[in-house]
Amino acid sequence: MASAFSATKFAAHPFNTISPTSQNKPLKIPTAASPFLGSTRKLLRLTSQLNLSRRSSGSVFAVSDVVKEKKPTPTPSLLITKGEGLVLYEDMVLGRAFEDMCAQMYYRGKMFGFVHLYNGQEAVSTGFIKLLKQQDSVVSTYRDHVHALSKGVPARAVMSELFGKTTGCCRGQGGSMHMFSSEHNVIGGFAFIGEGIPVATGAAFTSKYKREVLKEADCDHVTLAFFGDGTCNNGQFYECLNMAALWKLPIVFVVENNLWAIGMSHLRATSDPEIYKKGPAFGMPGVHVDGMDVLKVREVAKEAIARARRGEGPTLVECETYRFRGHSLADPDELRDPAEKAHYAARDPIAALKKYLIENNLSGEAELKAIDKKIDELLEDAVEFADESPLPPRSQLLENVFADPKGFGIGPDGRYRCEDPKFTEGTAHV
Amino acid sequence: MATSFHGVGAAVAALSSSPSNSFDSKKLLCSPRRSFPVRKGASFVVARSDGSVNFDLNPKARRAQQLIVNAVATKSDSSPASSSSKPGHELLLFEALREGLEEEMDRDPRVCVMGEDVGHYGGSYKVTRGLAEKFGDLRVLDTPIAENSFTGMGIGAAMTGLRPVVEGMNMGFLLLAFNQISNNCGMLHYTSGGQFTIPIVIRGPGGVGRQLGAEHSQRLESYFQSIPGIQMVACSTPYNAKGLMKAAIRSENPVILFEHVLLYNLKERIPDEDYICNLEEAEMVRPGEHVTILTYSRMRYHVMQAAKTLVNKGYDPEVIDIRSLKPFDLHTIGNSVKKTHRVLIVEECMRTGGIGASLTAAVTENFHDYLDAPIMCLSSQDVPTPYAGTLEEWTVVQPAQIVTAVEQLCK
Repeated sequence: MASAFSATKFAAHPFNTISPTSQNKPLKIPTAASPFLGSTRKLLRLTSQLNLSRRSSGSVFAVSDVVKEKKPTPTPSLLITKGEGLVLYEDMVLGRAFEDMCAQMYYRGKMFGFVHLYNGQEAVSTGFIKLLKQQDSVVSTYRDHVHALSKGVPARAVMSELFGKTTGCCRGQGGSMHMFSSEHNVIGGFAFIGEGIPVATGAAFTSKYKREVLKEADCDHVTLAFFGDGTCNNGQFYECLNMAALWKLPIVFVVENNLWAIGMSHLRATSDPEIYKKGPAFGMPGVHVDGMDVLKVREVAKEAIARARRGEGPTLVECETYRFRGHSLADPDELRDPAEKAHYAARDPIAALKKYLIENNLSGEAELKAIDKKIDELLEDAVEFADESPLPPRSQLLENVFADPKGFGIGPDGRYRCEDPKFTEGTAHV
Repeated sequence: MATSFHGVGAAVAALSSSPSNSFDSKKLLCSPRRSFPVRKGASFVVARSDGSVNFDLNPKARRAQQLIVNAVATKSDSSPASSSSKPGHELLLFEALREGLEEEMDRDPRVCVMGEDVGHYGGSYKVTRGLAEKFGDLRVLDTPIAENSFTGMGIGAAMTGLRPVVEGMNMGFLLLAFNQISNNCGMLHYTSGGQFTIPIVIRGPGGVGRQLGAEHSQRLESYFQSIPGIQMVACSTPYNAKGLMKAAIRSENPVILFEHVLLYNLKERIPDEDYICNLEEAEMVRPGEHVTILTYSRMRYHVMQAAKTLVNKGYDPEVIDIRSLKPFDLHTIGNSVKKTHRVLIVEECMRTGGIGASLTAAVTENFHDYLDAPIMCLSSQDVPTPYAGTLEEWTVVQPAQIVTAVEQLCK
């Protein structure tokens, strides 16, 4: 399998620091080999004549150059070790199998409401999140089950949350669209698109604050913000790109461009559909990567996360990916062209990684099948656990509204309302 | 030790009330001759609105104390000139806010400020003046003009361990941050199952000013009051401004602190020692027997001016500054209703859906049996605040209307 970087695109402003080699490899415009499917616009080749004067902090470097410099060996070297490969494989299989199980459970009436499944996009979650430490943070959207799983939230906790049981990661109070874990630093789970990006920016701000104000010199926590193509037309996205670049916050903005926002094609909604180009406008590198290939995503992620850890600021990464299912389980998914779906189904990230592992003798069919089986058993256990878990009792209703329950106020009898036994029973009227 | 109206500058003019209307909220504190034995571990004094002093927030101790003073300074004492020998120090309300904020920033390095022009400019109402020089640009952060995003950033920072104070340059601008305030600030503690706390303070000036126009004269408290999971308080004197600011910063809950554009230059003498004001409590401004007047923020001064007239006419109004807009202090309010049996609410919100509307419902629900007359609620007109001075005056409740209302209520 070819090296991961051939199809990576960059938005580069070659006013300084661009080495001559990068000019031999200008921006790769989508060709028939890796088409930006659905695009009806003629995409112009970006020439090297742009001469914008900008602060040096906005300089963009070509990631491919860095990677090339790191691996000078003439023979194509592998991008992962066996151990890493198996970790990636298992994580993607977990994500896929979990989402398939969700669909089953939904149609059996075990969960309700809006459930948004991640099938097809596993490479993005695995490629990025498996590089993080525990103290790094992940902020996601309503399509957050797999982000939580990749970050380390147990499948049992996520499944229970979806079933609305009290053993869920949010005690059943959040649901599919609000996966939180303080232990694993998963900061949501947000139902409205775009509203998680400022929260992610705040988490990155805390990291910088801890380093510079609280003098915790080794604090280099990075935050990843995941969101979709539709969000990239939202004001909060741009406001946060500005602030993150302005203050060099340790954050990576990961766009999961699956080309569709429910039924709205990215091209019908966006004046310039190349989202990665919007990074340099704010003074940060913009990178486009094939989001169906976990190894390519991982290489880009390594660099972006390292950049943030070094204190050089944010990166905008656009991952071209696709969701195999509809927007949610309620979406009939009639608008998308079957040819488009077939095209991306052929680029299934799990199949691709499996092929890579076998072809490069990192693993064998049997070992991978064993992982598949292990995941199946894990999920059976998760469903069983969720099934047997209790529903939240009435007494849980009024807990957690306030961190300090004095916030419910003082009642007519002079006591704080939270001291009223009806509060601990959940029957008081607030 | 009187609170005087210190009209300085054209931008923030004095209130429409006459300068001689002063009252002695300072006397609500215990006499300084009483010594304060400091309990081991207690580093602050909580001075309650009924005059009691506690070293902890034990609610049972609250009910033991009686009201000490009549807050209307008809028996007014010292003029400001002779106050140099008295304890405490005199300052303006915006300085009191700054003092509270600075003390909390000194006390806890996680407290930080974010907002437009809070740093180098010192705050558009000077509340943060000097703080950026002292604490640095990261702790007193000048943000770009992106309310939704920097409020969300404050929320994210609060969830990950900081204690931000977000300033809205005018409360009206926080309409742009409604998404973050409602969905994230109010709800995330609950939807995360209690995993993340959001100890954020959102503050700023609101209310009807001096011909600032419709959009700069909004009362956001009526829009925010339905959001679950937040607390709202309104300050009205330098004393409670500093106390509420400190209490809000120390609280683990998200608190929205409403200041008023016209009150920033009020002068008062406040204690030197550390104190906070309880976030959930109302303040007894003037005890009385005939009618309970519930008010907050700037309308407190209109009410007190009307009270002077009413006293001359033989009425004895009890004036309570509710301070806590969400939740309401039903204990203080209830005790008053049980005593006077008549309630008048005077607020600056619009008639529809304002704090007064909620308060009317709450009092009716809880104390219906004690009422001798229907609750009267005086609010601003449901009108975008006009620019013209005369029209603006007629949208807001004026003291004469309050006098008429009390006379009607007590008939």
